[in-house]
Amino acid sequence: MTTAPALEIRELRKIYATGVEALKGVSLSVQPGDFFALLGPNGAGKSTLIGIVSSLVNASSGEVRVFGTDLFAQRSAAMRMIGLVPQELNFNLFEKPFDILVNYAGFYGIPRDEAMACAERELKRAQLWEKAQVMSRTLSGGMKRRLMIARAMMTEPRLLILDEPTAGVDIEIRRGMWRTLREVNAAGTTVILTTHYLEEAESLCRNLAIIDGGRIIEQGPMKALLAKLDVEGFVLDIDGTLPATLPHVEGVALAAEDAHTLDLEMPRAMDLNRVFATLDAAGIRVRSMRTKSNRLEELFVRLTGNKDAA
Amino acid sequence: MSTPSRHPNLVAFATIVRREVMRILRIWGQTLVPPAITMTLYFLIFGSLIGSRIGEMGGHDYMDFIVPGLVMMSIIQNSYGNISSSFFGAKFGRHVEELLVSPMPNIVILAGYVAGAVLRGVLVGIIVLGIAMLFTHVRIPHPFVMLSTVVLGATIFSLAGFVNAVYAKKFDDIAIVPTFILTPLTYLGGVFYSVKLLPEWAQALTYANPIFYMVNAFRYGLLGGSDVPLGTAYAIMIGFVIGLGALGLWLLKRGIGLRS
Repeated sequence: MTTAPALEIRELRKIYATGVEALKGVSLSVQPGDFFALLGPNGAGKSTLIGIVSSLVNASSGEVRVFGTDLFAQRSAAMRMIGLVPQELNFNLFEKPFDILVNYAGFYGIPRDEAMACAERELKRAQLWEKAQVMSRTLSGGMKRRLMIARAMMTEPRLLILDEPTAGVDIEIRRGMWRTLREVNAAGTTVILTTHYLEEAESLCRNLAIIDGGRIIEQGPMKALLAKLDVEGFVLDIDGTLPATLPHVEGVALAAEDAHTLDLEMPRAMDLNRVFATLDAAGIRVRSMRTKSNRLEELFVRLTGNKDAA
Repeated sequence: MSTPSRHPNLVAFATIVRREVMRILRIWGQTLVPPAITMTLYFLIFGSLIGSRIGEMGGHDYMDFIVPGLVMMSIIQNSYGNISSSFFGAKFGRHVEELLVSPMPNIVILAGYVAGAVLRGVLVGIIVLGIAMLFTHVRIPHPFVMLSTVVLGATIFSLAGFVNAVYAKKFDDIAIVPTFILTPLTYLGGVFYSVKLLPEWAQALTYANPIFYMVNAFRYGLLGGSDVPLGTAYAIMIGFVIGLGALGLWLLKRGIGLRS
């Protein structure tokens, strides 16, 4: 017996009333249990895609199935399996976090007694239990983001979709959210994530798709896609000061970042010793070295042609 | 593991209604007190001070005559105002998305908001009628007619308020209809006078005003007399409920003003 994909999208198109064609026949498949990244520059169609899957945007044509259930023909059954954490805050700022969670569960038909027990569990997991009875507008930005994750988890969705969940939160909270999402995924929930932080996608996700101009331009396992990179970048810290003219190494791009730092970009297959030998001959002594940039970012920029990150 | 009830739509409906009622009670100073003050002033000025000089209207003391219209006016304004501000507020604050992404059918969303607004209308109606009974001799000879008219009238204007909220793009848009349509229709719907006092052309216009039928059916429930046959009033009110209900569901299905 074959298991239906957690999310299967075929030839999805969206033309807005303004005439803008946001999706031009997107096809995508996310397997159950996956931690999947959907990346793309601003205006690529990510939010439209997520909007259609979460039934906030009407599709122009195409097909969406959630664990085999047709979203357009059996909306209620499909939506019961989805949890959404949107990019923008979309809870009532004049309600208390506890009430927001209990009401949300009620919309999904979960009886109030049970919803209250779930709300306590989820607020504690999100470290918001102490704030359960304050007005939600008084919560910090990070707390509001965690509240939206807690709310989505109230119905124990089989498919959790997060649109920029860590935008604008500090690194400590972000890592806490990563931990929570890893736990949720380990417990069997399929997770789809869009993010501006490409190291976040590289760290969390096993598969990814890159969308640009309303089309999927790359899709597959993270490792396989990263292996496609044929160029690597490094930053070299130099002992002393760089000479006015840098030496030339065939096939290597060298650029001074400042008087003591050298930027190096070279083919993956190339021998690094050749570069060091040339630098040594030019009197440039390398004190330390680090990877120049996030590998996924490199891939992303190449595929999307230097547009805004994710 | 959280499991949906065997009647998930009933739970969802109860959740919306409960949230609406809690909102009405939380801001009672804005929802329940103002109609009580306004009606008291109406009874003091139009009923007691001016009304005593007018004498009888439609076979009743003028103060008794205006009670049904004033109570109905409060019910209409409050049920309309409740749903238009609450649903538009949910749209404006984006938390309407909580409903739109949920599995609940559109009819449950509409029924939940309408029930909340009708409850506010009924609650305000009880308060205002209680005040009226302190000033007048109204004693409700036909309670079923009174109650059914209140529920139908509140439902009609809740549905109209919902349609307004769906189309509204800014808060000003939900004030335009009450100011330029609802208030004139209410004042010209026979609240303060019998239609028989009007010239023929004005009477003809009045018969095209839905509020006129509600006020008169309600007047029958409270005073036992009306300017229109009761059957006609019910037929028109039920027709409006069906028509506006269908429009509300169609708007939700198409996602007009709600989905891109």
